[in-house]
This record gives sequence, structure tokens and C-alpha cells, in this order.
Amino acid sequence: MDADITLHVDGVSRPVTVDTRTTLLDALRERLGVTSPKKGCDHGQCGACTVLLDGRRVLACLALAVAHDGREVTTADGLGSDGALHPVQRAFLDHDGFQCGYCTPGQVCSAVGALDELGSGWASAVTPDGAQPRLDHDEVAERMSGNLCRCGAYVGIVAAVTAAGARR
Amino acid sequence: MTDLLETRAIGRDPVRRDGTDKVRGTATYAYETPVANPAYCHPVQAAIARGRVTRIDTSAAEAAEGVLAVLTPATAERLASTEDAELAVLQGDEVAFRGQFVGVVVAESSEGARRAAELVRVEYDEAPHDVVLTADRGDLYAPEKVNPAFPTDTAEGAVDDALAAAPVTVRQTYTTPMYHNNPLEPHATTALWDEEALTLWDSTQGVHPDRAAICRVFGLAEDRVRVICPYVGGGFGSKGTPHAHVVLAALAARAVPGRPVKLALTRQQMFSLAGYRTPTIQRVQLGAERDGRLVAIAHDVIEQTSRIKEFAEQTAVVSRHVYAAPNRRTTHRLAALDVPVPSWMRAPGECPGMFAPEVAVDELAAELGVDPVELRIRNEPDVDPDSGRPFSSRGLVQCLREGAERFGWHDRDPRPAVRRDGEWLVGTGVASSIYPAMRQPSSAVIRYEAGRYVARIGAADLGTGAWTVLPQITADALGVAGEDVDVLIGDTDHPTASVAGGSSGTSSWGSALVAAARAFREKFGTDPEDGDEMDGSSGRNPEAEDYAMFAFGAQFVEARVHADTGEVRVPRLVGVFDAGRIVNPRTARSQFLGGMTMGLSMALEEESVLDPRFGHVVNHDLAEYHVAVDADVGDVQAHWLDRPDPHVNPMGSKGIGEIGIVGTAAAVSNAVHHATGVRVRDLPITLDKLLAALP
Repeated sequence: MDADITLHVDGVSRPVTVDTRTTLLDALRERLGVTSPKKGCDHGQCGACTVLLDGRRVLACLALAVAHDGREVTTADGLGSDGALHPVQRAFLDHDGFQCGYCTPGQVCSAVGALDELGSGWASAVTPDGAQPRLDHDEVAERMSGNLCRCGAYVGIVAAVTAAGARR
Repeated sequence: MTDLLETRAIGRDPVRRDGTDKVRGTATYAYETPVANPAYCHPVQAAIARGRVTRIDTSAAEAAEGVLAVLTPATAERLASTEDAELAVLQGDEVAFRGQFVGVVVAESSEGARRAAELVRVEYDEAPHDVVLTADRGDLYAPEKVNPAFPTDTAEGAVDDALAAAPVTVRQTYTTPMYHNNPLEPHATTALWDEEALTLWDSTQGVHPDRAAICRVFGLAEDRVRVICPYVGGGFGSKGTPHAHVVLAALAARAVPGRPVKLALTRQQMFSLAGYRTPTIQRVQLGAERDGRLVAIAHDVIEQTSRIKEFAEQTAVVSRHVYAAPNRRTTHRLAALDVPVPSWMRAPGECPGMFAPEVAVDELAAELGVDPVELRIRNEPDVDPDSGRPFSSRGLVQCLREGAERFGWHDRDPRPAVRRDGEWLVGTGVASSIYPAMRQPSSAVIRYEAGRYVARIGAADLGTGAWTVLPQITADALGVAGEDVDVLIGDTDHPTASVAGGSSGTSSWGSALVAAARAFREKFGTDPEDGDEMDGSSGRNPEAEDYAMFAFGAQFVEARVHADTGEVRVPRLVGVFDAGRIVNPRTARSQFLGGMTMGLSMALEEESVLDPRFGHVVNHDLAEYHVAVDADVGDVQAHWLDRPDPHVNPMGSKGIGEIGIVGTAAAVSNAVHHATGVRVRDLPITLDKLLAALP
């Protein structure tokens, strides 16, 4: 069964007809040609497909497109403004927080979401009970652990996210 | 002596040239190639591990909406060559392993192809399968050679006599499990057959070797096949040689001429179709004098291959080169099983092969009461023990000494299980690393146009940094600034280049670019005109006849083991490497750190569990095949000697892609022993192997 929906992707309205079985990820990649979010596992296990949905990080492979009619989707390609990279992207370049680049757009979106969550005081598994979370290695590493990087760029990733967070 | 480059651009650390596209996600990987009106493929896989397909009913699949073609062994075209059984896709009814391709559906949408693939009904005549590797199998055999072309066995001196006479011996068996490469980008191909020519946008570590294999299989001349691959989402060896899905995508494309088709393996399919590292069973025997000098090394390895295609991992080869001992033996024996085809995975041979002997050396150090760093230094050979040739450069001792200094090793109390920090038992460990410095024939062309030099070469960037470091090398060879040079890679329309494998990419391609640059300058001088163009190539290194060429390294690990649960954490990992001159410190550091991180992952987490009842990997996804994540990785540091090697290539560099992983798992195991007193000889080091014996 098909459904007509409209997704707002990186600030552009994109009407699209999707099979009701189509994930948000496949709708973006295969229907709309938006390939910034990557497919690494299709099971919510690797984080490569992370996008911001109305500002919060989600796994696009675990979302059905038909359930997100009218929603704002921001990919790594839509994070910057006026042609400039987002500070998190700049930090990934500075700290070489990637190698092959396949997990990177998901890492970047996840980092933007994670820094927002941390800034809003959301606790993580490593936040001491009752304390405000601090921007440090353990908090960043914990919050970014849903995004796998097989190249093993974690040292650079945590450094990049921490540096970008410190500039916020 | 190689004519070494004067370095100006080399040694600087420019940001990756492909970095902006990668952080935005606009770098296009194989599946993402923008093509008009693509069709989508989904494979049908064998549901038995051994037997024969007796009947395939495709009627329901063919009737499904949007289905364009269903290929089976009965309907697929006959291939020109079936010599490589892994690539003889849909050519017969024999099933050699669970998950083997028995069909493919091509449809208008990926969902439609997947649904129709489920509708294909396959009947089998199932035969009993045999998938379990053990050391006491009666059918172990000696392969003719081990990967890629090393002797299967070597022997020097009287090993057994020397072991019997040695005052101190270690004789132990070590095992490493099956591992899967698991690059984050699944193996993927976009293929287009226009009735004359085949274009493959394939995720590959080498466009030219990829094309050569496909041309052989389909009987096509090379000018009728083009392979394009600007970006590779990781490979770690699994994209070094084309696997069956590339042939399947090409078959599908030829079934719907004029229509581009896309095929990406699912993560689950990658566990049976994209290669893996064989499990190994390694018997290591060391004999030493009381002062620690080794008199005998025996390294006997048992591993598996598939019944249809042999891959013999060169696991024991390391023991031919690392330490001096007058009596040495290495052997490899294989079992051919009803399992998927094993292949290259980061540092095939060296990586599993250094785990066993480097833990054994630690055991010997404990037995002798000699410091593990000092014991390794005492066994430093003057020349390569195997060939008798001098080393082109050998910095292992310096790596060990500098690593010990940086790590803070000198006041280490050698006693195991005596340090406790709250609930945590703390220990430190070390291991050596070695990896051959190889160079393969490659060619390149350089053109001058509008004030810029544009070089082209069919190289690949798997995240290694080729897009960035090849311009640095070319700039120094031309004597211009790095910013004035572009190097285009990843296309068979560029001059022929070797595979990105064996840590040989930069060495091979850089040598070709230097040859082209020198030829360009010789012909056109320093004031060329627009359109001036010159090619150049580099062959095998003649100096490899005179020197043994290796990169070296030493990894130091601090491990903390929870005294009640056995949980292992590694807060500190320090590696020091002798990899010749470092071309770009930024990308090189990431290579070293990435290798060490994958080694940490191997030490503590990774294990593919094969179900003997069905012959498949049960933990075939990223939720159950654990790889290291941010939270597993603490303070990891990579340092290097930065000493140019005068013989390997004009850059003075050696390879860096694999040396980082080599000794890491052994160093972790040795640190865990120092923390707990428990010697884990079977990877991965999981808490069940520690709990019962914790102090």
C-alpha cells in the first residue's frame, strides 16, 4: 500500500509517495536521493542513519516514513548555515574524528543531539546520582556509544564532540 | 639506496581533502551513486550448509508487484570462468555453505525485491555438514603455500632436541575465534550493463583488481568494464578482493540491460558472503637459556578454509622474523569445511599470529623472572632470521624503549595480582608488533593545466587518507606546494594501481606518482605548458632482494579487572611504531589509533559464534557481534620514531594500516594476567574466563 506524505528535509518540503513498509531511512535514501544518512545495519544497532527529527536524534532505520508526515528532518548535510559547516562538523575535521566517513554523518547528528541533551541536563548512565552532567570524556563517550565507528576513530570523535561542546 | 625525496609537503598535517564531504554526508558511496531510474536487487540464500538444490519455484516471486527479473541457477547466464568457485555465482545446484547465493530478485523497489526474494521457494537434497574446527581432526592437510605465497612450513636446526635440552620452556596452546571485518558500509554495488559495456560503482579496495576479476568471470575484455569507487566505507580486507555479490549484481544488471541495478548486502548477509578471519589453534613452544636467550621457537598453526576455495592464513609466518633463535619451526595445517570462504582481515597472518607467541614470551618472562621488555630486547636478531638478509630498518628495540618510557614501565612490579585500586585489580602488559613493508607495481599520469598539476591513479581511499597524502607526495616529487596538486583516484579510467591491502597502498601509489613526477620534470622541466602530460610507473622493489623490510611496533596496556565481576577495562593503551617516515601525522595517527582500537576490540569483545547444528554465525549482527564503542576506549596514544627507511620507497615510508592491530590483543592479555594472575590464552578475554580464578 502506498501513502503520500511530505517530509521537510534540511529545510525543503519534499512530497513523496512511500510504500507503508518504507522506513524513514529508505524514503530519504531511495525515494528522495538524500544519502547523507547512511545504512550500516538497518536494525538500529550502528547509528550510521542518525538524523535529527524535530531537533532530537533518532535512528532513521527504525522509523517508518508514513508515521512522520509533516515532520522536520535534519541530516548532516543540512546542519550548517550559509554554506559554512556546523561547529561540530568543523571539530570533526580538526580532530580527524573519522576515517572512511561512512558513520560520520550519523556521528555528527548524534553529537549535535547529545550536546543538546547534555546541555539540557539530561542524565546519562555515567552521571552521578542527583548531579548535573558535565561535559567530560566519560559523559561524551557514554552518550556517543550508540554510534559505531569500525575505523576506530573514537579518540578523535570524543575529542571533537567535547571541543564543540565547550564552544557552545 | 632508494633516491629519497626532499620533503616539504610530506610531514605536514593538512586536513583531509575529502573531509568536508564526509562530515556533511555528501561523499557518495557505491550504493548511493546517483543513477536514473534504478532497480533494486535482493539475494536468495541457501538455507542448508551442504547439499543440492533440487527445485526452485519462482512463480510467486515473479508475479509479485514490481518484479523485473528472478535469476536462479536454472536461468542465470553461464559465466566464462568458474575457476574461482566463490565467484561462480548461480552456476550449479551444489550448496557449499549456508547463506550461499541460490538466486536474486530484481525489482522496482528495495522493499519489493526483498519481499519477492522471500517468496522464492527452494527445495534441497540436504547432506550432513561438517563445520567444526578442532586440532585432532584426521583430515588436516598442508596447503601448497600460505597467503599470499609464503612457504607452508619452515624448519631450521633441531627444534625438538633444542626444546628438550632447554633449561626453560613454555609449551602452550592459544586460540583465536572467527572474526568478521564488519566495515560500517555494507558491501554494495551499483551496476549498469548497456549491452556493450559494464559499469560497476563498487565498494572496493582496488578498482583495477576488481575489474580484472570480473572480466575473467564474464569473459569480457577490460575495455568493456569500468569500475568506479571514489569512497570506500571501510574494508579492512573484506573489499580487497571481489566477493560473490559483485558477480551477482553484474548478473542482475545483464538481465535488465540499460537499467542500473543496486545491490547492498544486509549486515546479516555480510557474515556469510564477505569473507572473515579463520579461527586459529596455535601451539607455541619456546625454549630458552636461563638468561632469556631463545634457543628454539616452534609455532604450529591449525585453521580452517572453505571446501570450495582455499584461503590459508599465514598465521605462523611472524615467527620466522621477530626473534633470533637458532632452532625454529613454523607449520600451517588446514581443515576444509562446509563454511563460508575466509579471506583477508586487517593484518591477515600477523594479527592472530602475534597473539600466541607474544603471550608465550610473556609467560617465558614470568618463568625466567626477566622483565618482558628486556626479554624481547635480548632476543633482537642481527639479521632477518628467516632469509639471513639485513633489515632495511628495524626499530623494534627503540619502540620498546620509547614505549616503556612514555608508558611509565620502569618501576613495574612484575608480580601478578598484587595491585588493587578499590574494586579493581590493576596490571600492565606489553607486546611487540611486526608487519611487512610491501610495495606493488602501480602507474600514474600527471598533467599540467592552468597552473595546477593533476595526477590520476586508480588508487583507493578506505579512510586511510589517500585523497590527502598522495597530493603531498606528488607535490614533493614535483617540487611544488601541496595546494597546487590534485590527485584523482578510484576509477579504472585512471592508470592501473594495486589494491589497498597489505599496508602497501601509499608505498605503491606514492612510488608510481614519484616516478611520473620525475619523468614529467625530465621531459618538461620546471616551466611546463598547458596540456603537458607524462606517465610513470613503479615495479616491484629490487631492493627487496637484498633487504628484509618490515614495520615494527610495541603496544603497552594498562588493564583493570573488576575483582568481583571479572569485567575488564583498558584505560590506557600506548603504541610506539617504526613505520619509516610519516607522510601526514594527522591521518597516520588515526590509522595507528584505529588499528590499536580494533585490537582492543579483538582482545575483549569480538567473536563470531558458529552454530554447529546449522553452520551459520548465530551472532550475525552488530548487536551481538560486539565491536568496541566510545565507552570502551580510554586514553589511546600513538607515537612513532619517524625515521625514514632508505630502501622501501622514495618517500622513506613503510606501511601503517595494519601494524597497529598486530600486537594489541597480546598486550591486553598480558596486562590482564599481570592484574589477576589469570592467563587467558583463548580470545576474547571475557569475564567468564576470569571469574573462577580471580584472587
